[in-house]
Amino acid sequence: MDFGFLVVQSLSGLASASSLFVIASGLTLVFGVTRIVNFAHGSFYMLGAYMAVTVVPWLLDFDRSPLLFFTGVLVSAAVVGVLGVVMEVLLLRRLYKVPELFQLLATFGVVLMVQDAVLWIWGPVEIPGPRAPGLRHGVEILGQRFPAYELFLICVGPAVLGLLWLLMHRTRFGILIRAATRDREMVGALGVNQALLFTGTLFLGAFLAGLGGALQIPRVSANSQMDLSIITEAFVVTVIGGMGSVPGAFLAAVIIGQLNSFGVLIFPKITLVLVFLLMAVVLVVKPWGLLGRPEPAAGRAALPEGILATPRFGLWEKVILAVVLAATLAVPVFGDAYTVKVATEVLIFALAAFSLNFLVGNGGIVSFGHAAYFGLGAYAAGLLVTKGGFAMEPALIAAPLAGAAFAALFGFFVVRLTGIYLAMLTLAFAQIAYAVCFQWVEVTGGDNGVVGVWPSAWARSREVFHYLVAGCCILGIAALRHVIYAPFGATLRAARDSEQRADAIGIDVRMHRWLAFTLAGAAAGLAGGLYAFSKGSIDPTLLAIPMSIDFLAMLLLGGMQTVMGAVAGAAAFHTIKDFFMPLTDHWRFFLGASIIALVLIFPRGLSGAYGALRRRA
Amino acid sequence: MAGFTFSRRSALAAGTGILAGLRPGHAPAQGAPIKVGELNSYARMAAFAMPYRNAIQLAVDQINQAGGVMGGRPLEFVFRDDGSTPGDAVRVAEDLLTREGCAFLAGTFLSNVGLAVSDLANQRKKLFLATEPLTDALTMAQGNRYTWRLRPGTYMQTRMVVEAARGKTAKRWAIVAPNYEYGQSAAANFKKLIGSAIPGAEIVAEQYPALGRVDAGATVGALAQARPDGIFNVLFGPDLTAFVREGNTRGLFERRLVLSLLTGEPEYMLPLGDECPDGWIVTGYPWEQVQDAPHKAFIEAYRARFNDTPRKGSVLGYVTAQVVASMLNKANSTETEAMVDALADLPTQTIVGNVTMRALDHQGTMGTWVGETVLRGRTGTMRNARYADGANYLFPEDEVRAARPRS
Repeated sequence: MDFGFLVVQSLSGLASASSLFVIASGLTLVFGVTRIVNFAHGSFYMLGAYMAVTVVPWLLDFDRSPLLFFTGVLVSAAVVGVLGVVMEVLLLRRLYKVPELFQLLATFGVVLMVQDAVLWIWGPVEIPGPRAPGLRHGVEILGQRFPAYELFLICVGPAVLGLLWLLMHRTRFGILIRAATRDREMVGALGVNQALLFTGTLFLGAFLAGLGGALQIPRVSANSQMDLSIITEAFVVTVIGGMGSVPGAFLAAVIIGQLNSFGVLIFPKITLVLVFLLMAVVLVVKPWGLLGRPEPAAGRAALPEGILATPRFGLWEKVILAVVLAATLAVPVFGDAYTVKVATEVLIFALAAFSLNFLVGNGGIVSFGHAAYFGLGAYAAGLLVTKGGFAMEPALIAAPLAGAAFAALFGFFVVRLTGIYLAMLTLAFAQIAYAVCFQWVEVTGGDNGVVGVWPSAWARSREVFHYLVAGCCILGIAALRHVIYAPFGATLRAARDSEQRADAIGIDVRMHRWLAFTLAGAAAGLAGGLYAFSKGSIDPTLLAIPMSIDFLAMLLLGGMQTVMGAVAGAAAFHTIKDFFMPLTDHWRFFLGASIIALVLIFPRGLSGAYGALRRRA
Repeated sequence: MAGFTFSRRSALAAGTGILAGLRPGHAPAQGAPIKVGELNSYARMAAFAMPYRNAIQLAVDQINQAGGVMGGRPLEFVFRDDGSTPGDAVRVAEDLLTREGCAFLAGTFLSNVGLAVSDLANQRKKLFLATEPLTDALTMAQGNRYTWRLRPGTYMQTRMVVEAARGKTAKRWAIVAPNYEYGQSAAANFKKLIGSAIPGAEIVAEQYPALGRVDAGATVGALAQARPDGIFNVLFGPDLTAFVREGNTRGLFERRLVLSLLTGEPEYMLPLGDECPDGWIVTGYPWEQVQDAPHKAFIEAYRARFNDTPRKGSVLGYVTAQVVASMLNKANSTETEAMVDALADLPTQTIVGNVTMRALDHQGTMGTWVGETVLRGRTGTMRNARYADGANYLFPEDEVRAARPRS
């Protein structure tokens, strides 16, 4: 390989890195100040691109000058910044008092709504933007041609970094941002107007996301899938750099840009997973990212989020439980074939969401990649049946074992971390598992998956299968619930509320968390195995990010403070989705709107609302 | 061959539905409608799926005005979003079959969704007419009695562009394909076929960017570095736009032969705008060059009703409805086994000419247009385009027998 090629390839990497940094810097600022994992950041990026392909051609009609082009780009970014303010004022501001994870759910609702709003406003066809006047051409560098616009992009990253540095060190607003990133409560205690600070930060964050999107229009067309394709990468950059650290994000973006541009030369098929491998390695070696600092709350006995009380069932709860159980068992008798199908799926999701709440609510281990164990259980069962020639029964025993085995393997590294870094490591492992299932075509069937995963003959009818699923899931949930009430569950809660104190009274925190992670993986694996048999096929979407988010949404909708909330959440989420999907093509909009409505009306989830009702009664 | 003549007559009625609708004295269809469960990625793949659904509705209205199917019953399509995942699609399919009472299933876009629905159809013994999924597995290794596919699959389309390159001199080839089944299997087919069209051809570089997130600069750089004479491209949608822009600026396509799948379809050509490259050999749909009378009538009716030009998806949608009508007329029953038997070697006179559902591999002989890209005004189109009849590009019979599972 000649030298010129290496230089140009490296410049390509820098151009991508620069774009990525602009977006990720906004994400990291917002997280640093508000502690919100803002899924809607990708939506702001997409809106920036759509704004720019609308505004810029209109401006260029007056005069094809670079000045008007960049004016258009900045105007688009500013409009997106205002949208960020709207989201903060209308939605997030009402949620600062509820658990941080709940805000994540709200931003996820925004993502769904924006996706359909964009389709509705701009139509389904991708929209190419104009090339930048004066920067259309290619420049000869060491005998290779390189786009002038990308040379310009390479300069944008450091420029934004410099401006942010000035903002953070030379203005009062910036100093407050840094202070809030270090210790939010202290800033509040000193009398700083937090609402204004948060609104300003959201504007800045959304502006940067919009700028990142608007700057892309000469390279990529605005399309309705660009939000999700950028958001994971932006998360990876912020995590590798250290959440809240702008220079860290810059460093991480440069590393990832180079990794991608040289990675395609050596492993042309592995780009999907390269960045997640890097993230996993970085987090295992440096638990706070490259330039991040330990979370200030890590050493403190924080106000616990999650299951607080473990009351026994009272009379009312027993009645509700009996009704629900009776309804579950009566569905095949009274419901039509399709209702049985939906009820079966609700049961499966209830087990998966309950196992996630066992980690999140009870153990304080927030997993963003719980679908991995669900999916690996499904793959174990599916492959045993189709490739191994086994029957359904042994396959259903293998599913939880596979879930547990991989949870034990990944969990060994995961439980060494805490907070958002832990969550991102679970996501990294889930993406690695996803990539293996996706790439290992000979065994897993690649993205087509494997079909022909049907139950044994005796369980083939929808009704019998429903009873089989009901048996497995109710037993699974009951067993996990028992563990929550057992000393093991109490120990996990102790470790969640104060790691140091738990440690001081002689609890091996890591060991307990590891066992809990493994147990939850087993339950998710069982749910995955059952799901595979209900669908007749396995494929990588079972362990993809949207599935993990669905589980989180179920859990949060139900309420993570109560033991049984996840079950109610699974039923609610699946029913809402099933209700809107046949009604309209824009079902994602209504699903998102329902989520936001529920978040605003029941800020502690459905079961939280029930608890309040009970206390009042 | 009584069934054959019958079906041809009814197919003709369906095929000239536009005229039939105007014919005086022809009673519109009456009675209980025959419902077809159509599931597709209407939310996520709206650019394809909307024109497709429009054309189905157009066709169904015309068929019903002309007297419906099976001796006067109206045809009805029930459209549902498949959620773009196999899990959602299987649930929606069950909904269509049980609650909606659809006679059979049709549609799907993504290959993994198509395969999952196909296996459900096999399990429940219901007919599934796959329209858009391109994977060869659907009709080959994972084919089953109840699944039929209308559109030319990956192998057929690859073969069309490769044979169009016969006689060219490009020996060193680079491949760029999205990293999922469609891209991988198009690349594999290309490697298998290119040697027969251009003796001595070799593959010198392969790039498989993740679908929807191509790093265009790095990919173009890596391809150019291998100094190929020709490039086989499978990218489409936003990936294609980014790739073409980057390639144009960096001069990747200068003095190189490019073969490209689907690029000539209006869905992907329109977003390229004036960046449309010159002289790529592509499959596509140059609707403005169509000369066939029934096809022209379809285009006029489509433009009049939807105030938009037809896309490739529109042609597929219209042909789907025509084949469905022809099958129902021949089977004269909505009983699954009768419909499956009716589909075997069923010829239908459609707007793209005769389409036969080959019994051997359940693949339709619908073809597509092959030609070279050219920029006219501010948008790209195709020149020297000809309709490549799918019948000439099917899998060889012995390969089908070796690949398809014995029933």
